[in-house]
Amino acid sequence: MANPTPLTPQGYLLARTDWHPLEIMFWLATLLPFLVFPNYLSLASQIAITALFALSLDIILGYAGVVSLGHAAFFGIGAYSAGLFSKFVWGEPFSGLLVAATLAGLFGYATSFIISRFRHLPLIMITLGLGLLAHEVANSAHWLTGGSDGFQGARTDPVFGLFRFDLYGKTAYAYSLGVLFIVFLCARRLIHSPFGLALRGIRENFNRMPAIGADSRAHIRKAYTIAAVIAGICGALLTQTTNSASLESISFQRSADVLVMLVLGGAGRLYGGLIGAAIFMIARDQFSGIAPQFWYFWIGVLLVAVVMFLPNGILGGLSAIVARWRRK
Amino acid sequence: MLPPIFGVLFDGIAYGMLLFVLSVGLSVTLGLMNFVNLAHCAFAMLGGYVTVTLVNIFGWPFLATLPISFIAAAVTSVVLERLLYRRLYRASDLDQVLLTIGLAFISVSVAAYIFGTIQQPIATPAALRGSIDFFGIGLGKYRLFLIAVALLVTLAMVIGLEYTRFGAQVRASVDNQRMARGLGIDVDWTFASTFALGSGLAGLGGSLAIEIVGLDPNFSFTYLVYVLIVVSVGGLGSIAGSFAAAMLIGISDIAGKYYVPELGAFLIYLVMVVVLMWKPAGLFGKR
Repeated sequence: MANPTPLTPQGYLLARTDWHPLEIMFWLATLLPFLVFPNYLSLASQIAITALFALSLDIILGYAGVVSLGHAAFFGIGAYSAGLFSKFVWGEPFSGLLVAATLAGLFGYATSFIISRFRHLPLIMITLGLGLLAHEVANSAHWLTGGSDGFQGARTDPVFGLFRFDLYGKTAYAYSLGVLFIVFLCARRLIHSPFGLALRGIRENFNRMPAIGADSRAHIRKAYTIAAVIAGICGALLTQTTNSASLESISFQRSADVLVMLVLGGAGRLYGGLIGAAIFMIARDQFSGIAPQFWYFWIGVLLVAVVMFLPNGILGGLSAIVARWRRK
Repeated sequence: MLPPIFGVLFDGIAYGMLLFVLSVGLSVTLGLMNFVNLAHCAFAMLGGYVTVTLVNIFGWPFLATLPISFIAAAVTSVVLERLLYRRLYRASDLDQVLLTIGLAFISVSVAAYIFGTIQQPIATPAALRGSIDFFGIGLGKYRLFLIAVALLVTLAMVIGLEYTRFGAQVRASVDNQRMARGLGIDVDWTFASTFALGSGLAGLGGSLAIEIVGLDPNFSFTYLVYVLIVVSVGGLGSIAGSFAAAMLIGISDIAGKYYVPELGAFLIYLVMVVVLMWKPAGLFGKR
């Protein structure tokens, strides 16, 4: 591409905020389940929630380079706080989302002071430890969370007082998709801002960023809190659309699954998490009927294959193919 | 007569010894190559299943299976190291985590496919059953045996690392890899053999663990957490550190379960997070 005028920083960032036709097609395609697969709307709603969760991990992992094995802690906090809010205060969904996001954000902000001090193995261990701690707290606080029996008594009022959560998941999918889209817009704006650029700088060189005036730790704290807020929203969405919450929502398994989805799709590219989540959830839905306990065998094989042959995930592999094709 | 706290302490020490045998290999390989191997407990599980198969199907005596489980885990780990691990020595932590979590997932499914998801029964020799009365406390014979084995392993490792040529090469490679290469030490070979030894010890630990904690396909993940806690609390590449951390975690876990059972595993996670916040490189870590 010819570029007659020198690119200013503002120009560079602005150029990236333009919507690509593929992106518009992607979001139009998310409406297809309403028309084509009306029996799979519950699954579609789960996919939308998981995709948002993967997006929140992408902000810290894909952009800031903070590997977390305990991200489900925030998901679980959101799930339980939305459930408790609807049980004891009122069932209006949007205020529930707000409460869950605030609580998860507060917890994320508090732990971000710990997270930002570490790199590499100690960081992985600390996030794992905090995630396990959160799981243990939820497990032992039986009087509050229901422990391993699951949380009972969540009830969600109709969205806007009009649309009830129905058996087919029509409202659930519309609601989850709407929240996903709005949060995605915010995340997209964030990633293409100077702040997002600074995060990528931290990922590439943690020690060099402070030298050009960007405090790495302060940036990681902010990014971590934002990711926690989004993860809290995902947890709340799951509770509201299914009217239940369980220990599974705060487990190590969920932290590991979301990492797998993000890496499968391609970390650090916004859509990676969304595509990874869709593929993962659809595959799990399809395979679970055949051989439930061997599903993880294929996940394992997939992980090994992705690390060995597709270092940037599916989207990274696709864009490499496109780039090669263009050069010819 | 001794108060019951000594009984708890004894169980805690035995459990700590088990954790030490399971985790010391990971500590050394992590310190040596900085390779985050989350599949370490998959090798331990392999050792456990080798013992179970030999005892229950082929009728071998329990003690004779222990060396076989060591060898099986060591050989498998070297094959994987040559095929997969070595390509990722210079890759990011994330890639290493993903590859090894993938291998751990595969190990869980394969174990479930071959052996089913039930707990595996094991018959230990009659000489290791029951307990010895020691001033009013029953000391389990198997636990005494476990402590003896772990102490032997520790002794062998200390002697091997401190007083042999191979040990000197390993220590040189841990301290400064580039310098070690410059002096003509074959660091790749050193690593492969250390990796095999460490995984072999994990396999031995897996066999020893069956009697204490049982064996099912989720072993790869259940004990991975404990092993990682021991390694990161103790400090990478430090045998003394792993030993101290294994004792600390073993005793606090057993004491926690005995005195405050409602806390569950909360206590050891808390110990880990606090120790890491205080000393990110672990109690005995250098970096």
